[in-house]
Amino acid sequence: MRTILYLLQKEFLQIFRNKAMLPIITVMPIVQLLILSFAANYEIKNMNIAIVDQDLSPYSKRLSQKMVASGYFRLAYQSMNADEAYEELASDRADLVMVIPRHFERDLIKHDESSIQLLVNAINGTKAGLANGYANVIIQQFNNEIRTEWFALDPKDGPAHFEITFSNWYNQGMNYRIFMVPGLLVVLVTMIGAFLSGMNIVKEKEIGTIEQLNVTPIRKSHFIIGKLLPFWLIGLLEMAVGLMVGKIVFDIPFLGSIGLLFLFSGIYLWVMLGLGLLISTFTETQQQAMFISWFFMVIFILMSGLFTPIESMPGWAQKMTLFNPLMYFVKVIRMVLLKGSGWAQVQWFFGVMVLFAIAMNTVAVLNYRKTV
Amino acid sequence: MEAAYAITTDGLTKKFGDFIATNNITFQVKKGEIFGFLGANGAGKTTAMRMLCGLLKPSSGKATVAGYDVYTQTESIKLNIGYMSQRFSLYEDLTVSENIRFYGGIYGLTRSAIKTATAELLAKLALEKEAKSLVGSLPLGWKQKLSFSIAIIHNPAIVFLDEPTGGVDPITRRQFWDLIYEAAHAGVTVFVTTHYMDEAEYCDRVSIMVDGKIKALDTPAALKTTFGAATMNDVFLKLAREANQ
Repeated sequence: MRTILYLLQKEFLQIFRNKAMLPIITVMPIVQLLILSFAANYEIKNMNIAIVDQDLSPYSKRLSQKMVASGYFRLAYQSMNADEAYEELASDRADLVMVIPRHFERDLIKHDESSIQLLVNAINGTKAGLANGYANVIIQQFNNEIRTEWFALDPKDGPAHFEITFSNWYNQGMNYRIFMVPGLLVVLVTMIGAFLSGMNIVKEKEIGTIEQLNVTPIRKSHFIIGKLLPFWLIGLLEMAVGLMVGKIVFDIPFLGSIGLLFLFSGIYLWVMLGLGLLISTFTETQQQAMFISWFFMVIFILMSGLFTPIESMPGWAQKMTLFNPLMYFVKVIRMVLLKGSGWAQVQWFFGVMVLFAIAMNTVAVLNYRKTV
Repeated sequence: MEAAYAITTDGLTKKFGDFIATNNITFQVKKGEIFGFLGANGAGKTTAMRMLCGLLKPSSGKATVAGYDVYTQTESIKLNIGYMSQRFSLYEDLTVSENIRFYGGIYGLTRSAIKTATAELLAKLALEKEAKSLVGSLPLGWKQKLSFSIAIIHNPAIVFLDEPTGGVDPITRRQFWDLIYEAAHAGVTVFVTTHYMDEAEYCDRVSIMVDGKIKALDTPAALKTTFGAATMNDVFLKLAREANQ
């Protein structure tokens, strides 16, 4: 037991004597949260729209104005000629083209219906989907407006009888930052766990001190605890710093229990520390450890539901995410912070994470040898 | 028999695939002896030493260190030996006294024992002024002396030294050997590899390894007589030349 204390003392001395370490602990979470949460924003504004108004009627002009006034679209081009507008789309100067055909107003009044053509540049599928969605909402609003006006003139010519309205629970303003910040915190904690711990052990291999430790009667379990515990504490500290930044800068809600969240983070960190340890057992240099950690990190992050919803992945990929510890943490942190979920809602995830921690550390410890 | 010898080996062999690094070596090291373990680069010295320290499992043969078996009692061996590897093994980003405290601590010395040992060690090496300097800032010769002193901080029965004086100037080497003599005087068995033949002369007994086998083992004086050579250097060259033919 005393051995562990000497090991911990040594590790902390080395960690805090390392000039890169303090910035990593303090600056990294702040910068990462500030930059990424603004950058990873799915809301798209100022998409370029080309409007081809072949009707030039009061209604067609009103629709065009409404489009531009929404704030989502910027009028990039306007003409009577559809072919010219397609050219704008092809040369990337426009993201979408709206063609209002001739007799738009006449058909709308006479036949009670009319059509509009929307052409969206779908190279970026997400952007295209959003452009389409926004445009549809605006056209719908336009439709409702004119029908309300008609209704005022003639009660028999009324608007549709029902309308679907949405209410966004848990994140009413559909604020992406509230959604992203907890997820980015997960990435931060993951990096501390998997990168720093693994690199630290491999560094001892690189400089040769591991051999000296291996000829001492130091117990394998003591060595491992001495190596991982400092990074466990740093990871939790990082979590606290990140949560504070989230609260102060982005005002993310803390609906659930922070204690529960830290408990989960604590278990999750052991999984990642175990991964770092495992990587350190079969690498010889910090560079190798870095590359392998990076490989896992990219897969874990992309398949975590952090940036893209898991529901939109194909079935086999969805099954793969079940083996991704990051996925569970992203889910739990969002549930606890944004929905206020309690033990009853997240206990299953706790169970899974404990299994992960046991499995990962068992493999890592078995793989770690005191012999060369 | 066990009591008289610090190290015994019998047919100790290590194979890496088809390559036999250490081939069937048999020797005994007496307690309190300074045993020189010589050989050209790649002769298998480090492999043999690592097996004796419990860092490497032998392929076959028997060996005991401080009375413990190298297959089954490696952790007991580790409690009773000190080891100084070819590569510098102190932490350069810790100070002199932090290194002493750390190694003392993991060998189970009490806090007060560490304090006394630190004071003695610093006085012996005249490093009192450097106690709070980072080890990385010390000259190589000082580092090596410090390294040796830390390797025996827990008063082991045997200390293994793997080319401890590599790259060190002659004066510091002389001082280093004074430390070795001092330790041997206190009853520590010293098992040392070296490439400096003048150092071989300082040993009580010397073995010379060629291509994984022990080709000669005796006192330096007896070896010189047997091979009709004036110095240990000539003995070594004769044996090594044989191997090349």
